[in-house]
Amino acid sequence: MKQILQDSVLVSNYIKGDECALGKLIERHKQRIYSFIYSKVLDRDITEDIFQDTFIKVIKTLKKGNYNEEGKFLPWVMRISHNLVIDHFRKNNRMPKYDNNGDFNIFSVLSDTDLNAENRIIKTQVETDVRRLVDELPNDQKEVLLMRMYQDLSFKEISEKTGVSINTALGRMRYALINLRKVIDKHNIVLTN
Amino acid sequence: MAKNYIKSSPEIKKMSPKKETISFLLNYSKALSVINYKRMKFETLLN
Repeated sequence: MKQILQDSVLVSNYIKGDECALGKLIERHKQRIYSFIYSKVLDRDITEDIFQDTFIKVIKTLKKGNYNEEGKFLPWVMRISHNLVIDHFRKNNRMPKYDNNGDFNIFSVLSDTDLNAENRIIKTQVETDVRRLVDELPNDQKEVLLMRMYQDLSFKEISEKTGVSINTALGRMRYALINLRKVIDKHNIVLTN
Repeated sequence: MAKNYIKSSPEIKKMSPKKETISFLLNYSKALSVINYKRMKFETLLN
């Protein structure tokens, strides 16, 4: 009972302008409030933050003169901290946070698959070279190669479209690749990224 | 027979905030003043 009275006296002194009263109130109840928050969030840094926010709210309410629960200081502060703990979990549910200090590193599964600037330029050059090489091929071979590689048609479909047998289409494809390799070797063209 | 571990961790009981946090709160309290104007309340932080 004495404790409750003392709290209420300290609160009223603080409202009247005695700053030391707040220090005494914090000193008296810090362990209980801090332990309560920690028992819910199980993280020292978050506990520290919520403890601080709790007392910022207490200070603002007392200074504004909105406090009207004389004699129930500790339950009131505990309720504020409890609400802030709930806010913390709500916020984390909306925006889950992954910290990187455990065994699991989130960046090991979230890699940037985009090419960097240099590789993009090389890719464009390779594609241009291949296009020019394909253009150099005889028309019948070029036609089969484009249908097979770029339009993804089967040799049966190619033979139907071009009006030749499957074997002829296969042969043209084979010669197209041989001719491409020949030109690449002859001019020492590097087609790798 | 099942074992019930009902003992709470002693670590939790002895915990208290950092000195810096308390010092911040006391300084914040000193710096904060609330000005009443008609029906409105203004918070000012004088640091």
